[in-house]
Amino acid sequence: MARTLINAPSTARRGEVIEIRATIGHPMETGFRAGEDGKVLPRNIIQTFSCRYNGELVFSAELFSAVSANPYVAFHTVATDSGTLVLSWEGDNGFSQAESIKLVVTA
Amino acid sequence: MTLPMPPPALPRRRHILAGATGLAMGVVLRPASAAAGDLAVAVTAYTQGAPVRAGKVKLDVAELVDNGNVVPITVTVDSPMTAADHVKSIAVFNEKNPQRDVARFKLGPRAGKASVTTRIRLATSQQLVAVAQMSDGSYWSHTVNVIVTLAACIEGDP
Repeated sequence: MARTLINAPSTARRGEVIEIRATIGHPMETGFRAGEDGKVLPRNIIQTFSCRYNGELVFSAELFSAVSANPYVAFHTVATDSGTLVLSWEGDNGFSQAESIKLVVTA
Repeated sequence: MTLPMPPPALPRRRHILAGATGLAMGVVLRPASAAAGDLAVAVTAYTQGAPVRAGKVKLDVAELVDNGNVVPITVTVDSPMTAADHVKSIAVFNEKNPQRDVARFKLGPRAGKASVTTRIRLATSQQLVAVAQMSDGSYWSHTVNVIVTLAACIEGDP
């Protein structure tokens, strides 16, 4: 399990636009870099990131080798109902991780 | 006995020299022109041939980048983000990294605000292009020139 750091408000008013910032510990090896033995290191990156709000996809990203190590993505969503936001990362070598955060929406 | 040898060596040396300069020019010129063409090809592939207009999109990135391994970028699109009028996707392309694609984001009316931030790698000083696809099918872009002092991919890990 890679370490993640998610920054999001725990409460919001209905209709408010909230910002979610997420980082995950990952080398994002480009596949273009040579190792100490001179051979090109095989690519190992996170390819997709997505956010589901109570099951509905609200944001997704397709990442390439040009994204820095420990990929950071910040995006916005509208607070509609109280519930769970599931952030998931998927990548090379079967990498898959999901983290969920709770959001309480007040009227 | 040694006299007849030098004359044929001179033209040959000149020939090699001429060939070498020609080769060097080819090496210098080709990647630059090919890369610029690549960028246009990558953007066209993303828009599927639809025209791209400048405007509405703001690609926020430092003009002078100290560390190419970690370059924060923010793409903001001028859009009300309603069900009728919203940004469907945003893509960022570069000119001179080994691969033209940087990242592609899918948004919708649930995003509320068309603003995305991430951190990217830049191999050298180059152009960056952010392209946004609107719900009405139009494409808008913003191109930025970035100067990189410490390049990614060459000078070790971040």
